[in-house]
Amino acid sequence: MHYFWAFVVGGALCVIGQLLIDLTALTPARILVLFVVSGVALSALGWYRPLAEFAGAGATVPLLGFGHLLAQGVVAAVERHGLLGALTGGFSAAAGGIAASLVCGVAASLAARSKDQC
Amino acid sequence: MKLSKQEYDRMNRQASPPSPVAKDCLWAFFVGGAICLLGEVLRTAYGRAGFILTDASALTSITLVALSAVLTALGWYQKLASRAGAGTLVPITGFANAVVSPAIEYRVEGLVTGVGAKMFVIAGPVIVWGMMASVVWGVVYYFLRPMMGG
Amino acid sequence: MGDTLFFERPASVMGYASVGGKREAEGPLAEGFDLLETDTTFGEKTWEQSESRMQTLCAELALRRCGIDAAGVDLLFGGDLENQCTASNYTMRGLGIPFVGLYSACATMAEGLALAACFVAGGLARRAMALTSSHFCAAERQFRFPLEYGGKRTPTSQWTATAAGGVVLSADGAGPYLRAVTFGRVTDLGIKDTNNMGAAMAPAAASTLLAYFRDSGRDPEEFDRIYTGDLGAVGSALAMQLCEREGLRLEKIHEDCGLLLYDRGRQQVGAGGSGAGCSAAVLCSHILPQLKAGALQRVLFVATGALMSPTTALQKESIPGIAHLVAIENA
Repeated sequence: MHYFWAFVVGGALCVIGQLLIDLTALTPARILVLFVVSGVALSALGWYRPLAEFAGAGATVPLLGFGHLLAQGVVAAVERHGLLGALTGGFSAAAGGIAASLVCGVAASLAARSKDQC
Repeated sequence: MKLSKQEYDRMNRQASPPSPVAKDCLWAFFVGGAICLLGEVLRTAYGRAGFILTDASALTSITLVALSAVLTALGWYQKLASRAGAGTLVPITGFANAVVSPAIEYRVEGLVTGVGAKMFVIAGPVIVWGMMASVVWGVVYYFLRPMMGG
Repeated sequence: MGDTLFFERPASVMGYASVGGKREAEGPLAEGFDLLETDTTFGEKTWEQSESRMQTLCAELALRRCGIDAAGVDLLFGGDLENQCTASNYTMRGLGIPFVGLYSACATMAEGLALAACFVAGGLARRAMALTSSHFCAAERQFRFPLEYGGKRTPTSQWTATAAGGVVLSADGAGPYLRAVTFGRVTDLGIKDTNNMGAAMAPAAASTLLAYFRDSGRDPEEFDRIYTGDLGAVGSALAMQLCEREGLRLEKIHEDCGLLLYDRGRQQVGAGGSGAGCSAAVLCSHILPQLKAGALQRVLFVATGALMSPTTALQKESIPGIAHLVAIENA
């Protein structure tokens, strides 16, 4: 059943993004920023954790989950290091995903070439 | 031509076809849902392999990022995204695509001035504003904590 | 006279050529192209050099069809969409013809052709050439996103053609003749959406067409066709509405280069084609051959350009448009 809810919740979050693209003048870059910042805010309000527990990857894989990850990381770091944790927590929590993207980017730039879309 | 910008704006709205919202949303739902489903399958598998929950989640993200990088390099992610829209934009695979695609594209301008400088030209704002939000929340949390009886 | 220049001794079209890429090869005008290359790198390492190579091939083909070499051309008016018009600059580094670099975005072919017509008709040049190009990949990486980036296009967006067109004009010849030109005025009715450039350019097209018909006193009925450049589906509809508001009915004879180059039903090109190479290639693969063959006698070629930059678009400036007109007639 958790597979089903991961699919439905993940799909639904993407539909929200699609509605924002189609019905507002927001560009994709703005929508992504909005998603991440909203993820931080929802997590701060304590609303995102229940969704993440309910839908698993359906809530953590969309960029809202990236915001949730940042917010959780910063809370854990403040608990351990005090105010310093406010600066270190976010990046520490996000390091895996960002570093993986960076490494993949460098590798792909060496392995692949820009191709036409037609 | 005696025509106000407001009048022309009205004409333009009538002449411009709207996005096919229902079709776009179906694509976004099924492709985005499928990527999240794959994430859940991976997370469960990593959990069964003995990783603790946070590590299993991180490994899931990293696997999806690597998969997206391969599809991006092959040019397939772009082809899928031209139909799936937000379905490929919103998941973390979209973030990886936003990092990997400029790295490939601007390779011809050099490893430092091309790949290095342009890699985060699209994804950078997500990191900047995500980090800012988390720092603000961290500071707020620091001062709220005593009041929450912690 | 107004904004229109009429020539007593008009320049004659001596020869022309068009080059296209893969999507153009799959389009309805494929047969009219002189060269179609499905490998859109044109054997080069960067997209910028690919575009220059394509433009060079186009120039060489046009000269060959005229039976002359580069030394036989007094002056070349050229341009493209790349920053600082580098595609043309690098083409001209190899070609060695006195060069005037132009930028009017997708209107550049009409601008170049109009200037070349003026120089030849005014006796300032014996032979002059107009040459423009655009390359989808060079334009995407400069104006929009990396080619591997996944994004969905809006239905109003247009597809930058990978194509080049070149025309050689001569002081003497058997036609078709460039009888008149109208240099357009920059027009802006407040459109800000860079994914709807047809709407941004339509007022410019209407303004230039109105100026020409006012200046010439001619009737649209006298023309076989009016070809606007790269307005696409949205811009074409708007331009026709704008003309009609001023009492100028053109629907029956109007066609748009952006709608001719591709089959929108079969090829995913949004509202149609665009780019400095789009109208140039349609002119050289479709319009001029029909004039030469006598299937058309009298046409107007009105290429339109959207004059924003990525910087001004981000600064929320609206998009100024321009349209230049050339009247081409067999008689």
